[in-house]
Amino acid sequence: MNFSKVLISCAALLLATSAVAQTTAITGATVYTMGPQGTVENATVVIEDGRFVSVEAGGAAPDGAETIDASGKIVTPGLFTPIGSLGLVEVGFSAGPLDALQRGEEFTASFDIADAYNPRSTLIAVSRIEGVTRAIITPSPGYPDESGSYGSVLAGLAAMVNLGGGDDSLEQRAVAMMVSLGQSGSGLAGGSRAGATLALRSALDEASSYGDDPGEREDYKLSLSDLGALQGVLSGDVPLFVSVNRASDISVLIDLVADYGIRAIIVGGSEAWMVADELAAAGIPVVLAPQDILPGNFDRLNARRESAVMLADAGVTIAFADGQSQTHNARNITQSAGNAVAYGLSSDAALRAITLAPAQIFGVADRVGSIEVGKEADAVIWPADPLELTSYPEQVFIKGNAVEMSSRQTLLRDRYLQTDSDKPPAYRK
Amino acid sequence: MHKSIVAIATLTLLAAGCEQGADDEGTKPYASRYAPLSGGTTLLTGATVLTGTGERLENADVLISDGKIQAVGEGLSADGATVVDASGRWVTPGVIDVHSHLGVYASPGTESHFDGNEATAPNTAEVWAEHSVWPHDPGFVTALAGGVTAMQILPGSANLFGGRSVTLKNIPGRNVQEMKFPGAPYGLKMACGENPKRVYGSRGQSPGTRMGNVAGYRTAWIKAAEYKKKMEESAGGQGEAPTRDLQLETLAGVLSGEILIHNHCYRGDEMSVMLDIAKEFGYKITAFHHAVEAYKVADLLAENDTCAAMWADWWGFKMEAYDGIRENAALVELAGACAIIHSDSAVGIQRLNQETAKVMGAAARVGVDIGPETAIQWITSNPAKALGIDADTGTLEAGKMADVVVWSGSPFSVYTRADQVFIDGALAYDRFDESVNPVTDFSLGTAATAGGAQ
Repeated sequence: MNFSKVLISCAALLLATSAVAQTTAITGATVYTMGPQGTVENATVVIEDGRFVSVEAGGAAPDGAETIDASGKIVTPGLFTPIGSLGLVEVGFSAGPLDALQRGEEFTASFDIADAYNPRSTLIAVSRIEGVTRAIITPSPGYPDESGSYGSVLAGLAAMVNLGGGDDSLEQRAVAMMVSLGQSGSGLAGGSRAGATLALRSALDEASSYGDDPGEREDYKLSLSDLGALQGVLSGDVPLFVSVNRASDISVLIDLVADYGIRAIIVGGSEAWMVADELAAAGIPVVLAPQDILPGNFDRLNARRESAVMLADAGVTIAFADGQSQTHNARNITQSAGNAVAYGLSSDAALRAITLAPAQIFGVADRVGSIEVGKEADAVIWPADPLELTSYPEQVFIKGNAVEMSSRQTLLRDRYLQTDSDKPPAYRK
Repeated sequence: MHKSIVAIATLTLLAAGCEQGADDEGTKPYASRYAPLSGGTTLLTGATVLTGTGERLENADVLISDGKIQAVGEGLSADGATVVDASGRWVTPGVIDVHSHLGVYASPGTESHFDGNEATAPNTAEVWAEHSVWPHDPGFVTALAGGVTAMQILPGSANLFGGRSVTLKNIPGRNVQEMKFPGAPYGLKMACGENPKRVYGSRGQSPGTRMGNVAGYRTAWIKAAEYKKKMEESAGGQGEAPTRDLQLETLAGVLSGEILIHNHCYRGDEMSVMLDIAKEFGYKITAFHHAVEAYKVADLLAENDTCAAMWADWWGFKMEAYDGIRENAALVELAGACAIIHSDSAVGIQRLNQETAKVMGAAARVGVDIGPETAIQWITSNPAKALGIDADTGTLEAGKMADVVVWSGSPFSVYTRADQVFIDGALAYDRFDESVNPVTDFSLGTAATAGGAQ
């Protein structure tokens, strides 16, 4: 057993993304910028010090730049997954760790998931070699368990990370506050969805009263840290990220948002298409899984395949999640986007829903989400249509760094592809 | 010693296989009362045809009448046929899902519908999934829109022996009998690994470990062998027949080759142990399901003629799924073993073609070329083989049931949809004509009837 060799190769893998290329030029590709430049044919994309510095058709690569010929290929912004537990979990069930879930009610609104993020989780490389460069990591909603521990309607604060794998991965805390309403909220609030809405209103009222005069001690139900966290919501800086599906519950949310003058994002939204105009008017975006069209429960009785295009046509900003596996298969958001196209969404809108739109929804579009001069250089080189199922990235860049295109899964694959080896697998490197 | 046992078992299996076609459906308990929809003569013309036998034909026609495939080839014609211009489109055999829980874990997924796991004892070989199937599960209809024409409904995996499976035609009926695939053999669901040991170990009961699992299987097979022997002896006039026992009847049916083993098993090392248990007791494992690590033992699977039914990319949701890789099915194919893409999901079953495509693309990254004509077998002829219905369906060959999908393009593109689905030659689904399509009782009055979930 050559442990030192193994350690060295692991270290090389882990550090691969930290190597800073000074200037990189990607030439000859069709670039879907998702920005004002639209699609640029035969483009030269220049990256310097981790940012895009130019995107020009037929542009010359700067002297001394590391040049990557991407003729005939497609370049997109890095993919951005809007929900899930990347970096918070290794194995989901019975094996841990499971840092996305906070039980009990000692801390709710202020539970900050950012402090649990592990940039070296094995899921990170698996996701980034398939083009995912950014993720919103979210606390999981609580749920009842055998011990009667319920959690809260307020699950805590989401964060935005890059998937580079280094210690600089945490990009922004408190990009949203997770909330459960509708059926998922009812179990956390005494059994009725009305109770879930009341719990949210009551928390906002308390926070408002606390915010008016933090010095005045009242008998608050929430902890001081939770009341503090809610100030961001009341000021409009931190949107609520609300798990809700039924149209009537969405209408309740629209009213609540108007009453408090706050912002919200919906996740789920099976019946959001039924109130699409109202959502558009209220400026509430929807994160949805286009393939989830079965009535998993009565809140989703009217789910339909055309939700994405119906919402987009009404002017609602949409982003996609993988409905079956938001975390381990966060990489499958391209499949979600492709399916939305199969049911009427434009290709451009579908690609936007997995790049720029989530950046906009979570308030980080000034930094990432599109290939625009000045933005952080997350980009993916694809051999063909990025939404096609047979299309896998050839190279992924995160903040200008070309990432090592391997993961624990590709190492397993390569080991077992050596079928002519006379050594047991453990001796194949 | 062991070799001779295996040889005898193999002969028994072969004999049993021959007899299956001769079964008289009417005399069986809970017999199939499936009646095909009415369909006439249909000629699909000018399509790219994946036959399911490993061939790809360009500009080919498929002639359907009397519920059967009559011919596949160029320049076909038939008097009075409804001609469907399939130029620019692709035609394949109907998609078959070897692993579904539709009807036993129906939508909506309320507790009232949790009918898939008789998690009350580690061996419940006596239960039959068909006695749980709710035919009004809207998932049947959404699966149909994904080209699924037949599927196996299995009990869950809480138990070492979960019970009998049932194979269905995907025409929603009033009851399960109206959906049962005529003449299909039964399967028996077995489960390795984490689930049984967790479910019973947490109750302070056996099995609480993987070794406990194996002891549980072996103990059951010993009893089953004894029961079978006594049954055979009494039939031959020696001694009294034992009291009829539903559990042992099913297990004995496996030992005599009439019932096929469908074994939930993630890890390669556990599959290896299960294959040896099968040798010890003289039965065959038809397929490992959720075979996340099949790629580690693909040669063993080929050697034992055991299929691996796999997801394209599910991984990591539990420890035994941690080593999942996207190329799994391709590596199984490469080893010459029988690869199947299955769903285990009411969502996944709607796009098994897409799941297959993901594996094709991943395999191409490492120079393993899986063409469409091969890949289609993973969701048509290979599952048909694993279900023992390959003499009837799974390929586009003359004489087989006309279970056929007309796709808007290559089934391995994300943008492609099933345009028409034929089951036994009848149009069961048409995405351009809502009047053709089924709506389950449950979905009446919802968006599903407005083209929503169709």
